[in-house]
Order: sequence, then structure tokens, then C-alpha cells
Amino acid sequence: MAEAPSVSVAFVGSGGAGALTSGRLLLEAACKSGWNGLLTRSVGPQIRGGEAAALLRLAIDSVECHSNRFDLLVGIDWLNANRFETEIPLGPNSVVISDPNGAAPPAIVAASGAQILELPLKELTKANPSWRANMVALGAAASLLGFDESILADLIATRFEEKGAEAVTASLEAVRGGAHALGNHRLGTTLAPPRRTAARRWLLTGNEAVGLGAIRGGIRFAAAYPITPASEILEWLAPNLAKVGGCLVQAEDELASINMIIGGSYGGAPSLTATSGPGLSLMVESLGLAVAAEVPVVVVDVMRGGPSTGIPTKSEQADLNIAVYGLHGDAPHLVVAPQSVPDCLIATQWAVYLAEELQTPAIVLSDQFLGQALLACARPADVSFIGQRRKATEIAAPYCRYALTADGVSPMAVPGVPGGQYTADGLTHTVRGLPTSSAGDHDAQLDKRRDKLERFAYGDLWATLEGEGPLAVMTFGSLTGAAREAVGELTRAGHAVRLIAPRLLSPVRPNDMAAAFQGVRRLLVVEQTHSAQFHRYLKAHYTLPADTAVLNRAGPLPIRPGEICRALLEGGIS
Amino acid sequence: MSASVPLPLRPHDYKSDVKPVWCPGCGDYHVLIALTRALAELQVPPERVALVSGIGCSSRIPAYTTCYGFHGVHGRSLALGAGLKLVRPDLTVVVASGDGDGYSIGGNHFLHACRRNIDMTYLVMDNHIYGMTKGQPSPTTEPDIDTALAPGGTGLRPFNPLVIALASGANFVARAFSGNPPETAGIIAEAVRHPGFSFVEILSPCVTYRPDQKVWKERVHRAPVDATDDAARAARRLMTDDGFNLGVLYRGNRRPYRPHGCEQIGELAELEKEFEL
Repeated sequence: MAEAPSVSVAFVGSGGAGALTSGRLLLEAACKSGWNGLLTRSVGPQIRGGEAAALLRLAIDSVECHSNRFDLLVGIDWLNANRFETEIPLGPNSVVISDPNGAAPPAIVAASGAQILELPLKELTKANPSWRANMVALGAAASLLGFDESILADLIATRFEEKGAEAVTASLEAVRGGAHALGNHRLGTTLAPPRRTAARRWLLTGNEAVGLGAIRGGIRFAAAYPITPASEILEWLAPNLAKVGGCLVQAEDELASINMIIGGSYGGAPSLTATSGPGLSLMVESLGLAVAAEVPVVVVDVMRGGPSTGIPTKSEQADLNIAVYGLHGDAPHLVVAPQSVPDCLIATQWAVYLAEELQTPAIVLSDQFLGQALLACARPADVSFIGQRRKATEIAAPYCRYALTADGVSPMAVPGVPGGQYTADGLTHTVRGLPTSSAGDHDAQLDKRRDKLERFAYGDLWATLEGEGPLAVMTFGSLTGAAREAVGELTRAGHAVRLIAPRLLSPVRPNDMAAAFQGVRRLLVVEQTHSAQFHRYLKAHYTLPADTAVLNRAGPLPIRPGEICRALLEGGIS
Repeated sequence: MSASVPLPLRPHDYKSDVKPVWCPGCGDYHVLIALTRALAELQVPPERVALVSGIGCSSRIPAYTTCYGFHGVHGRSLALGAGLKLVRPDLTVVVASGDGDGYSIGGNHFLHACRRNIDMTYLVMDNHIYGMTKGQPSPTTEPDIDTALAPGGTGLRPFNPLVIALASGANFVARAFSGNPPETAGIIAEAVRHPGFSFVEILSPCVTYRPDQKVWKERVHRAPVDATDDAARAARRLMTDDGFNLGVLYRGNRRPYRPHGCEQIGELAELEKEFEL
């Protein structure tokens, strides 16, 4: 039996069948046993009665993307499972668990040549009415993976404690029933033994990581309007902001939430909101106000399929254009893209710090994949970025809120400070903040707002630069994990490849990027957009190597490491 | 030696040296006078007052005062003011708007600001027209007013802001007239003192695009009865009044909104415990 550094498992079922619960319990069992893992969900838009898939990758080390193939697919039922077939690639070595008395598996299962193991879920749950099919399926999957039953038993006891002893017993019996039904079958590939490590590990989602990073960076006020897939950020912040003396308020719409945080920040509290594409679209006018009035705010955009309502529950990177270019007028601002679940914490904390330092709005460009991925990983290293706004305290009259300074940042008076009274304004203004339509004042303030962003020392966090050599994979955001894995595979195969992934998308860093491109002969740009927005953006601002190819695809299908390797070696898909 | 007693603040102390963009004869000049009188009556230092506005003639008012100000985007001043007040309950927050800014583009925020009942004051300078964009009909424009954008009139029933404020939960509802600054100042001061969301509709004529409003000074009259705290009674009165009834028309006793508080943790590190494996 072969041992592998990772094993991929998918549970599918109709909405409410419990596929996500099975997936979560299996991930937690793996984590308790010392492994790491990633759980993402792929669901339809319905709350009940749609379709749901839990996609897991269990691994000895922390993983940031799904692999090229699933080793095990468990069909709790196959209703609507055809909607997932392109999201769950199988091969001849894959194993599929299917109920012989239920609907047949989707055609793609037969086409893949995967081995089908029969698990009579309907028969078992009929004979044992207290058993739930998803728990039987969980037991079967855990048994195929060779998991220790006692760990699963502990998890179930905790998870179903509130439902009472009978529920715990029934779930345990169902898990054992599922394991028993498959006898001594094991997957052809099993997980290599976990590493023994004393390092602290976390289990969290990207949306939770954003929340923690926000508070660590200094956010104390948030305004919230619910939207998939960003709501969990706001729901995490609601109780946790209160614990640190801050608060969250629910707004009537995104126009209100962005203006509430501009008001909160003007009052002196570092402020944030989180949304997705439709909400960001509503916020852009007021983001321009925050640019002009120089009020720091942070807006987290958890991207989903677009345009319009698009695919609310699934990932895409196509808000890049609106994040970078969406504001009217010349409105320089910050755009920061987290590259992994733990980086959601670091990038958000950094964005708060940058916004406060530079007195300008920052957009954090996360996406559904990162936001709703549940990941076991090493506790992220602490970073020291805490927003420190330059404030005016002792003020000589007349107070010039928008004074022209060497670095472009001017000390900001906060209401309550005598002598600091000024009117923050979206109108073009003088250094005192008074409305003006003179060309000279307009130019001076446009220069100031550009220069403060361009002159700032962003440090190493501006990009992830890994590896050496003439080949390079360039991407941003959630695809960094897949790109990193591809670079690793190619390096092990003897190629000299590097990874270039800017975390800071705006402002652009022409000199830093030129240095990153030094010696690159072939570049592959990888992105999850239909129109290659990232490539166009790079072309507009940087000199790319002559041999540059693009691997782009709209969401929600993830781009997998194997595709990246092939595209780089074969010259890419344009 | 006794400690020096600070001189009382006078209306003049709240007035900046910035020259207003308003037309000669605009009602908003008198609103500015009333507002500075009200603030002097309240004796709140200018640096403890934040005046938040949107877009339009009336929304230019913050820079004409010596208070902290925020002249934001069109229609969103209530949201901006709410965020400020939640973060800084120690400040006196006054939001200034017009009928286009407050009732049309900002209409949804008006409903929810009334409902949320944050302790702040909302002044709407209503001239039944868009002045800054040169005379288009607003939600309070009468149906037969002929304009370039709506030749022959809109034919639409005007919006009744006071009834809507009351139905949405405003805790204080009043109507004032810019042409009578002392009385308007008194209403504004009372609105600021009243807990929760206080709404003051100020009839403020536009002499440029609505010269017909010159007759307002003859039409306005003091409300014949005192303010009530009975919302149903106030609603009946407001539904049937002639639109020129001045004074405080409703004083509610709803508790102002406060963010949900809880016991605070000692160290930020406690927040990460839930993620530990």
C-alpha cells in the first residue's frame, strides 16, 4: 500500500444530507491524529434542498489548495451530484462509495474508471432508524483511510453532546456500521504518518482569520450588511469586537455601511466593513470620498462569481478590475490580496496598518475559496503591524488638515481636539480643507495623495518571491497556493522555477517588480478570471518578459497545480 | 485668586469666516444663524460638535461653522453621522441635509436612522426643489410645478417627511421655518437635548428657483396644540396638517440605540483560543 503526503476526499449529497458535517468531522479527526488538512465547500444557492459537497485534502503538512485528483468520493446520495462533476476530478485509482439501492453515480464516475465500493446506506438506515446516512458514510470513509475509531468517537461525543446521549450513541453506532459494512477495504493510497511536532496548530477559516487580523491591526468599529460569502467575517467580528471594547453595527445597505465606517474612522476609530462584489459596487463612490477626504478605512471584498449576482457561493478573482480601477477620478488607494488562509490574518492586519499610516482606504481582496476554506495550519507567526494614525494634537492656527508634507501624510485632527476643527470634504479642497476649483489646488492635492502611496516603504510583504531560475509562475490571491505547489513539483522534477505573487496590488511597484523579473525568460500568469484581468493589469504597469503566457479561467473551477505545471512547460494556454 | 471662568460662548463663536455659496436671500442663511444661536444656547464648545452633511446647497453648511464638519457624498450623511456617533458618543452630532439629499437619494437611510434611534439631530432644509443643480423637482415638490426636467409638473404626490419620520421611529419630530431664527434656534436646541433621533424639518425658501415660496412667511403658523408623546395622535395631526404648522410636534420616549456591550477580555491573545487544535 502506497503512502502519500496527502489524500483527497469528497462527500457529496443533497442540501441537508449532512455532507458538510461529515467533511468537518473527518477533517477534525485527521487534525486530532496529527495531520493537517483543508476543507472547502461547494454548495448551490439554496438553503435547503440544493446540493452540497465537502472537498477535503488531508495531508502531513499544511496544504493551501486541492490536488489534481480525488482519491475518494463518497456519495451520501447522488441527487444533483452532476453539478459537481467537474469540480471533483477522479482517476482510475480513485475509489467511489455509492449506495447500490440509490440513484446511479454521475456518468463521470464511470468514465474515470474509478473503483466503486457499494455501501447500502438506505438499507442500513432503514434497519437502524436512528442512524443518519452521513454518519454511516463518515464511518465508511474513516475506515477506508485507516483512521483510529476512538478519535472519531471523542469528536462525536463532543459535537452531539447538546443533542443528548441517545444522539451520541446513534451517531457512534452509525459510524461503526459504516466502517463494518466495508469490511477490511482500505484505499490504495494512504496518508503517510503524521509528523510529530510540538508546534501550535490552528483550525480556522479565511473569514475568521480576516476578523482576527482586523482586530490585531487595531480595528475597533465595523459596519455590516450581510452578503455571501463575506458574512462570516462580520458574524465573527460582532461578538469579538465587543470583547475588545469596540462595536459592530448592522447597516441598512452597503451604501450605509461604507459611510458608517468613514464616520467612525473620522471619529478616530480604525474601521472596517466586509462585503462581496455587489456590495463593493455600491461602495465605490464613497471609497472615493475616503480617498479625497483622506479617511482610512478597510473594505474586505470576499470575491464570488460575477458579474451581477453571479455565483454567490463559489469563488472567482474577477473583482480585480473594480478593486483597482473602480473609483471615479484619479483616486489612488490600497489593494491587498491575501494568499492563503493564514495570510488572510496577516494581509488584513497589514492592510489596517497601511490604511492608518497612509490615511487612505484599503481594499482586501479575498475570495470565497479562502474565506470559507477551513484549514489546519501552523499558528501564523505574529506580525507587529498595528495602525498608527498620525494625529494632530497641539495645533497652531490656522489648522491645515491637508498640509503638503514631505511624505504626503498630514497630521489628522480628531473631533474633540480644540483648534483642529476642519470640514472633511469630497470637494477638491485647499490645504485647510476649504472647497476650491482652482487648478493649482487640485494638482497639489492629487500629487499629495499619489505621492504618499508611492513614497511609502512597504517592505518585504509587498510580494511573495520564492525560488530562482528562468521560469516563473505569477499569480495573486487564493491561487498562490496552487502556484506554490506547482513550483514545488517542477523544482523537484529538476526545473529552475520561481513564484512571484504580489500581495500589494495597488499601488504598483515598478522597481520591485523589475527586480523580481530579473533573469526570468518565461513567465506564466495564472488567474481565475474570464478576461485575464490580472494579465492586462500587469501589462499596463510592468514590462513583462517577451515569452509570457496566461492560464486564466473563470470561476468556480479551481486551477490545479498539475495544470499550472503543464501550462508553464508547454508554453501556456492563451 | 479664583480660577478664571471661561466666557460664555456666543453665536458668533460658531460662525466661520468662510463666505457661503448661497444666493442672496436664501433661507439657509437664516438656518445658519439659528444653528449658531442654538449651539450658543447649549454652550457646547465648537470642537465637541460635529456637523455632517451630504450634497446640495444646504449641505454646504458645515464649513460655515467653526465646528468639526464632514461634507460627504450625496444622500449618505445620516449613515456617516451614525458611524461617528457610535464611535464617539461624547460628541454632539448634527446632520444637515436638504429635501433631495435627505428624502430622495438618502431616503432609505432616513427610514433606518429613525428606526435605529441613535442620539443625534437631523436638520433638513426643505425648499421643495433641487437648487444646486438648477431647479429640478424633489420629493417634496408640488405636483404642478413646471420645471425643465418635468415640463408641466411631476403629477406626483409630495412626500410627507414628518409622517414618515414618525412611522419609522424618530423620537422627536418638529417643523421650523428659516424666516424665524429665534424660534428655529429654540427648536434645534431642544432637538439636540432630546435623547435619541431628533428630526427637524426646516422650511427654507429657495428664492432663485421657487420665488413663489416668498409667501411662506405668511403661511406658516405656530401649531395650535402642544407636542404629544402619543405617536398615534401625532400621526393623525401630521396627516391632516397643512404643512406649515410649526413647533415640536412629537416627543417620544424610546431608549436611544446603544451598541451591544459585553465583558472585555484582558489580552488580545484570548481571541485566538477558539482556533487552537
